[in-house]
This record gives sequence, C-alpha cells and structure tokens, in this order.
Amino acid sequence: MVEKVEKRAIVGWRNLALGCAILEAGSSTQLLTGTWRLQHPVIDQQLCNRCGLCYIYCPDMAIIKTPAGAYEHDLNYCKGCGICAEECPKKAITMVEEEE
Amino acid sequence: MIEIRFHGRGGQGAVTSCEILSMAIIEEGRFAQGFASFGPERRGAPVLAFVRAGQEALKLREQVYNPDYVVVLDPTLLRIVDVTSGLKEGGWLILNTKKSIEDTRPKLRADLKLALVDATGISRRVLNAPIVSVSILGALIRATGIVDLKSLEKPVLRRFGTLLARRNTEALMETYWQTIMG
Amino acid sequence: MPTRTPIEVSIAISKAVQQADVDVIAAYPITPQTHIVEHLSELVADGELQAAFINVESEHSALSAVIGAAAAGASTFTASCSQGLALMHEILFIAASLRLPIVMVVTTRALSGPISIWNDHSDIMAERDIGWLQVFCETGQEAYDAVLQAFRIVRDPKVQLPMMVNVDGFNLTHVIEPVYLFEQEEIRDYLPEHRQLLRLDIDHPLTMGPVGVPEVYTEAKKQVDAALVGAKPVVLAAWQEFAERYGRFYQPVETYQVEGAEIILLTMGVISRTAMSAVDRLRATGKPVGLVRLRLWRPFPLEELRNCVRHAKIIAVIDRHLSLGAHGGPVCLEVRAALYDLPERLRIFGFVLGLGGRDVTVADFLEIVDRAEHYAAAGQPEEYSLIGLREV
Repeated sequence: MVEKVEKRAIVGWRNLALGCAILEAGSSTQLLTGTWRLQHPVIDQQLCNRCGLCYIYCPDMAIIKTPAGAYEHDLNYCKGCGICAEECPKKAITMVEEEE
Repeated sequence: MIEIRFHGRGGQGAVTSCEILSMAIIEEGRFAQGFASFGPERRGAPVLAFVRAGQEALKLREQVYNPDYVVVLDPTLLRIVDVTSGLKEGGWLILNTKKSIEDTRPKLRADLKLALVDATGISRRVLNAPIVSVSILGALIRATGIVDLKSLEKPVLRRFGTLLARRNTEALMETYWQTIMG
Repeated sequence: MPTRTPIEVSIAISKAVQQADVDVIAAYPITPQTHIVEHLSELVADGELQAAFINVESEHSALSAVIGAAAAGASTFTASCSQGLALMHEILFIAASLRLPIVMVVTTRALSGPISIWNDHSDIMAERDIGWLQVFCETGQEAYDAVLQAFRIVRDPKVQLPMMVNVDGFNLTHVIEPVYLFEQEEIRDYLPEHRQLLRLDIDHPLTMGPVGVPEVYTEAKKQVDAALVGAKPVVLAAWQEFAERYGRFYQPVETYQVEGAEIILLTMGVISRTAMSAVDRLRATGKPVGLVRLRLWRPFPLEELRNCVRHAKIIAVIDRHLSLGAHGGPVCLEVRAALYDLPERLRIFGFVLGLGGRDVTVADFLEIVDRAEHYAAAGQPEEYSLIGLREV
C-alpha cells in the first residue's frame, strides 16, 4: 500500500494536480508510517488506569480508545517513538524491539 | 502644444492648480497632462508642477523644460528660485504679487510678458485662507486664454465640494478681473 | 458610452479594480502606490465597493492575506512597489505555484539603496522569475484597460495564475490625463464571474501547498511554466475581444515607425511615449529609426519580438535597471538572447537610463541613437552604457 501511494504522487507534470494540490482529504492515512518503526509499545492493561495521557501525547494519533474505555495502539501508524511509554504515570507501556 | 510650469511652496496648492487646470483642458475635449515634480511632501519647500496641453494625444512624457507660461504662486520664491529658467522668448510670467508692473519689470528678462495679481489678498478675503490654487488661475486665464473660465467649474466642484467651490470660483473671478498685464 | 474623464491615473486604476468587483483587497501603503489603495479603501468604507479591505502590518502579510483569500475562492487585488515588493518576494512565487488568480499593480519604483522613492524598474526586474503574467503600461488609459483585462485573464480556467500590471510610479501613476472610463454594464460581459478551479472548501477538503519532494518539484515547476507560456493565447484573445468591443488594440510587442527602420529603439513603460517623440524628430530628418515596445513581459513574446526587428540592423535596448555585475541590463540580455538565432545577426547595444527618478528626455533618445550608430560603425563590442552619467 505504501508503494501505491508514493507511485500515485510521482506523476508527469501533465498529470500533476493544479498547483501541486492534493485533491483528496485524509490521504496521509494511506501512508502506513508504522513500517518506519524500530520498536513497538506494549500496554499492560492490568497496570493501566485509563488516564488517557498516552492518547493525548501520541504525536501520530496512533492510540485508539476502545468502546470499553481501554487504550490500544494502532500499529499501522505507530512510529515507535516511545513518548507514550515515557509519559505513562503507571509505567504500563513498555517499548519492545521490533525484531523480538 | 502649450507647456506651463507652476512654482509654489509645499502645501500652497501648486499641484492642485495643475490638477484643476489640466482637468479643465480635458473637459474641453483637448488633451492634457497635469503632474508634479514628484518628491516627499515638505511644507514650505519650493515645489514644481506642470501642465502640458495639446489638440492631439500627447506623446511627450518628459518634464517641462521650456515652458510657454510660468505661474508663480508665491512672490518670495523669486528670491530663491530662477522662475524664468527656460521660459520661452516672449513667454508669459504669471505672478501672485501685490507689486505693480513697474516695480516688477526691472528685475526680469525684458522679453517676458507679465500678468500680476494679488491672489493671496483676494483668497484671504474671499476664502479666509491664503490658498491660491484656484484663484491664481484667474490671472493665467486672463492673460493667455488657455482655457474657458467655465471649464473650471466641474474640476473645482469635484475637488472642493459645493461650498468651497463657490468661494473659490468667486476668488477666481476676482483675480481674473483684477489681473494687470504688461 | 465610456466617459472621457480627466482623472489621476492611480484613481483610474482603483476604478478598474472596483469595476472588476473584487472581494478582498489587502495592501500596505508605500509611495507611490498609496493613491490607488487609499482610494480603494475609501470606496470600501463608503459602501461603493462590496469588498473586504484588510489592513495588514507589512507587504509580506498583504500578499499572504491575499493568497489566503484567493485560496478560499475570492477575487483579490493588491498593489505595491520597491521595498514593499521586495518584502513580498518569497510569497510571490507561492501565489504562482498555488495557481491563484490574483491581480496586482506594481507602481514601479527604485530599490534602496540609496533610498529612492522615484521611478525606475529595479523593483520589478528583480521579480522576473516569479511565475506571474506581467504587462507594462504607457498611458493612463492603458493602465486602466490593463487592470480590467488582467481580471479577465487570470479568471480564465486555462490560466489560473496571478498577473501583475506594471505602471511607472509617479511618472504615470500621479499624472492627470484623459481616460475613457466604462459604465459598469459596458464591462460586465467582458469580465467573467470570478471562478477558480481549486479552492479551499470545507465540503470538499483538499491540500494546497504540500511539500514538493525532489521527485515532484521539477514537474511542479514545469506545470507553472507551461501554464505561463500557455497563457499567451488567452492574453491575445482577451486583447482581441477588447479591441472588438471597445476599439482599443493591444499587442504583446507594439511598434512605432518600424517600417524600413534600420535602427530600432526598444523600450518598456511610460518612457516609450517620449521615445515616440524622439522617433518623430529623427524621422523628420530622414533617419530610419523605429521603436519597439515590450508590453507583455511575462510570458516573454519571443516570436512577436523576432518578427518586429528582423529587418533592422541595430537595436538599442533601453533598461531602467542596472543589473550589477552583469554585462548589461536584464531587458537587453533577454532581447539579445531572444535574437541570437536570427539568420541575420543584429548589432544589439544596451543603454541604461532613468534610474531612481532621473527624467528621461527626448534628448536622451537622440543621444542613444547617435551612440548606437557610432558603436556599430566603430565595430565596438556590444556592452552597455549609462546615459547621463557624471564621470567626475
């Protein structure tokens, strides 16, 4: 899918949108930035007090609030920056090397 | 083609004079350019403004170097500016002054024709202000017939509004009739 | 019927902007542009023009505000010159690259330093590569017409680019002269409704101005260049229809007495009229002198220029800007490059004059013709020279 998005943007000048505009909204969702990740977060739902700080701090909006009120990572977009783990007051998020 | 140079001091109305005169000429169906020797506005400093008039569309866009007529809005300028510089042989010098032809003539080139009027005095009395932008044109028109007095009506009205236009026209008529020539 | 009106050229320009029914004006005052925007702000304040007049803190902001408004689909206008235009510099490119139909009047004025408020072309010559259409004007009538035409041209779906109308500061903007002003109904059919192919719209969201990665940047630039070059037929059509409707003819390159001319003066802007007087005088003495004036500056009218001068022997190109460190003024360099491929080689000499408000006279043009002839006869290299320069 990543390849597809980039291929679509890289076109000849005759096919480029007017003024190099991007004509569809939310096109960035098609770019799965999760593939850039070197480590991923793991939430210990037992320790989590559902304060939502990770949700607020995540710069990529890659944390989803479930209907039950729990927080989960959307690994399609999580770049593995570790901010959620750093900010979690209960130390409920652990960063795990991607390779493991 | 007729070229006119106006000498005034910043704030005295030389540019307005040119504006009104050029507009009046255009109102008559002729062609004219009215423009100033552009610069920062400095009250009291000597300023130049120009009118160029012709029966056909004007090409020339340079400043006026050899005017047919020179109009001086302030008699004290004669002391600091060579107002007759480049003025054509036998050209008209229109002066706002209280002085007579006899007093004025000896200081000037002999070939020039003079038209004198105390425009300041008239404007002071009629307008309650020493603004001669319109009134000095009375002397110019009397001497040269450059434009019909009536053609000034529209430009003066546009520039000053009804009340001030009426007073300016009054002053204009007075300078027209009081102008002395020689 | 258009009314023959005695009017200051700046006011006639504001009248054209009013008649084009703009939605948004943003401007920062700078001499000699002020009369235009002051009058527009009066028209807006008096309710005679239904537009938003945005007072901003700088020219950088003026153009930025206009770009924002244009991106939202508004018909927009701004005006500036000199330091103000220079402060807009980086934003000028963005207006073109976003393909926004903005109209701007540049009341051309010298750039500092030393500080000068007077007329030359140094401000506009620094903006040759910005991707805007550009025309130069010689009279008040042309300036009024050009602003109306500009609104029509930028609104064309094939163009969608900003356009500059360059009017010599003071020497044209502040002159009172006769201008035929249209009644609103007369111009209505000529001016299309403002429309923009792409605009910011919350119901149809899109992104304007995304980053141009190296894989895209070249194509994005080519697109603007192709649009600018491709705008010429639209400009020609707009001028053609103007001529048919109103009887005033405009061409990308205008000529005067070029029939049989061996020496051609090449000028832009208001001094072209004085150059005509010089040509008249020289023709009266039997000298085969003609005049070519570039009206359309961007896109550059290559073919038209070649056709006008190909039978001449000597071209004297007049620049009103000194391109410091270059081997000639910008107009001269472009003209020389444009004519390089002609089968018959012309001698092309550059002359720079009228800098920082110095008056350009008939005598200057007579001297230029004299010098160009002399240089050609002496086989002198084609360098540029300054006219009226004091050596000591």
